[in-house]
Amino acid sequence: MLKTFKPGGVHPPENKISAGKSIEVLAIPKTVSIPVSQHIGAPAVALVNRGDEVKVGQVIAKSGGFVSANIHSSVSGKVKKIDIIPDSSGYPKSGIVIDVEGDEWLEKIDRSEELVKDFDLDSKEIVDKIMEAGIVGLGGATFPTHVKLVPPKGMKAEILIINGVECEPYLTSDHRLMLEKANEIVVGTRLLMKAMGIEKGYIGIENNKPDAISLLTEKTKEYPNIKVVSLKVKYPQGGEKQLIKAITGREVPSGGLPIAVGTVVSNVGTAFAVYEAVQKNKPLFERIVTVTGKSVEKPSNFKVRIGTAVSELIEAAGGTPEDTGKIISGGPMMGKAIAKTDVSVTKGTSGILIIKDEESKRRETIACIRCSKCVSVCPMGLEPYLLMTVSQKQMWDAVEANKVMDCIECGSCSYTCPSNRPLLDYIRLGKGKVGQIMRARKN
Amino acid sequence: MSKILTVSPSPHVHSDESVNKIMYRVVLAMMPALAWSVFVFGFDALRVTLTAVAACIVFEYLIQKFLMKVTPSVTDGSAIITGILLAFNVPANIPWWIIIIGALVSIGIAKLSFGGLGNNIFNPALVGRVFLLISFPVHMTSWPVNIQSGVDAVTSATPLGLIKESIKNGQVLSDVLGDVPGTMDMLLGNIGGSLGEVSALLLIVGGIYMLFRKVITWHIPVAVLGSMAIFSGILWLVNPEIFMNPVFHLLTGGAMLGAIFMATDMVTSPMTPKGQIIYGVGIGIITISIRTWGAYPEGISFAILLMNAVTPLINTYIKPKRFGGTK
Ligand code: SF4
Ligand code: SF4
Repeated sequence: MLKTFKPGGVHPPENKISAGKSIEVLAIPKTVSIPVSQHIGAPAVALVNRGDEVKVGQVIAKSGGFVSANIHSSVSGKVKKIDIIPDSSGYPKSGIVIDVEGDEWLEKIDRSEELVKDFDLDSKEIVDKIMEAGIVGLGGATFPTHVKLVPPKGMKAEILIINGVECEPYLTSDHRLMLEKANEIVVGTRLLMKAMGIEKGYIGIENNKPDAISLLTEKTKEYPNIKVVSLKVKYPQGGEKQLIKAITGREVPSGGLPIAVGTVVSNVGTAFAVYEAVQKNKPLFERIVTVTGKSVEKPSNFKVRIGTAVSELIEAAGGTPEDTGKIISGGPMMGKAIAKTDVSVTKGTSGILIIKDEESKRRETIACIRCSKCVSVCPMGLEPYLLMTVSQKQMWDAVEANKVMDCIECGSCSYTCPSNRPLLDYIRLGKGKVGQIMRARKN
Repeated sequence: MSKILTVSPSPHVHSDESVNKIMYRVVLAMMPALAWSVFVFGFDALRVTLTAVAACIVFEYLIQKFLMKVTPSVTDGSAIITGILLAFNVPANIPWWIIIIGALVSIGIAKLSFGGLGNNIFNPALVGRVFLLISFPVHMTSWPVNIQSGVDAVTSATPLGLIKESIKNGQVLSDVLGDVPGTMDMLLGNIGGSLGEVSALLLIVGGIYMLFRKVITWHIPVAVLGSMAIFSGILWLVNPEIFMNPVFHLLTGGAMLGAIFMATDMVTSPMTPKGQIIYGVGIGIITISIRTWGAYPEGISFAILLMNAVTPLINTYIKPKRFGGTK
């Protein structure tokens, strides 16, 4: 029997329209706007000034704290300005705008396609290279990878899980990467295992991607300590805690990190970035982005330089369809709707999804019929209907006691509710409030 | 781009589930049992059912529009279910005005006075039924003849009523077993009883459909029927001369109708599987107790209403198993 997680989960239509489209290199734009905060943690600190010449791969902003990451230029050219630019949520964030001239890369970067399989580095050297390259979790969480690789004192990682689940409907960037860069991903996996002194590695892939499963199974044959695990399709299997449960049966304790059960999870995109950083000296300045949607003329998977405007990607996929109602950065379950397309692709951008007008409006909310569907689909064992009610009534004690902080915001509850209740909206509200209260209590 | 884009929090897609769809699936699931009733009790069964449904819809519309001054929600389908379930719980030859009173109690008192769909504590159809049983005991227990019971049907009493009578008269069961319909007749529905409860088999068919369409889960029906079987089985093993066997209990009275269609009412049953099992077992045990020692031959309506009252308590104390929780 195929493995999967318990409890809960839903089966939204997969709509992987762009699954058959090979990765295309997107033309380098005329200008890029690179935000200095593309990760969880402190923003990076700009190192360049207006008028400076930069090369591809050059550090332009330095990690600004323990949990932070370097930012590199994705193009060569001249720094036009350091300015406030809107991030994908529309919030003003500091960023570096560069006018592109040519495509001149740093000397040290190995631009050949040749596979470099072997390495002779100790774990410290690998971690340093990963840190230098500014790698963050590319599955969307954007947590700096080098921080994750050094477990807190007294904790030991035994198992590395590479996340190739891509459970969000529509998105195919990880799928394409697994098909086109399987060898590199395997090397990246070995590097991550070496970095942490881990003996056992798993690559988890849902069985709606049989081609990726068989390819990676073949490529890992020579490494008996890396196993490809085929998983039964269910959303949100790509959630860290759900994936760990599905593969190892272990449950990350409430409020804890995967390391608490001896596991570390990295996305396939991250494993590939690690390969490039360590074996090719290439920092993280480009990534694969799916551009898709039911009305999109040419659904595509692009290799994009960080800082490219979303509008350029949409143009390359055939332009904004007439019937566009909503544009989402990410997938339909957890992605963010964006108000404008002049925002930049960042390290965490996995896809751009264009939703038709008629599908972009919410349906009318009616009374809760207590059908308990939200309870049965919640992968964290919560009671969404109750959390919504107590949040609405501002009963923050009850919100906290009913474990609101465990919610992973997967959206399965809102997706399922037959009364179209905006469960997650209110749960987020409750989470925010309870978070504030908890922080205040600590101080 | 000139177009204004919609910006709203995730998730950006919704399943194609809706309250309407759920309600109409329940209605569909009740159709086989209704068809059987029309076959065995004649056109009366249809008349009673349609009257009940129409009355429920009209009362809901009028009360919401003129008394509560809210937008009527009759299109959600829940009033139709209440109407059919109310009809299923009365004799097929009940006078039209009694069923209308039942509908008023169900919709007006049991449902809307609590705030309407989703807010009521008690199953509306059962409140209506119990009200009628107490107010019109004669009409509510005069059963029409089931045409399938054969020409020599001496009595149109229900099997449960028959047993209750004989025990009261001091007879032992082995004396009256000959008068009780056979298992096959009970399963198919060749027995007397309320309009919609006679065919165990067709009620089960409806239940399987609802399970399949994910309208209900197995927990409540299995807990109700399982606990009825175990409890009555123990009694029967102790003394088969005064206690009926479990098969009899499961196939007679409102056992199937109650376990499959009424105890499973989403609004009035617990939210977690564990809670649902506790609730179901409660219903099963109370039902057998009333049937065995109570004044009425049948007790599942009372049992469900009692456990409806306990449901909020169950929801407060029985929580789902939290992911990564300590227990
Ligand atoms: S969004 Fe939160 S409450 Fe809703 S199903 Fe996901 S984890 Fe559960
Ligand atoms: S899914 Fe919606 S209607 Fe059903 S219990 Fe949850 S909130 Fe209520």
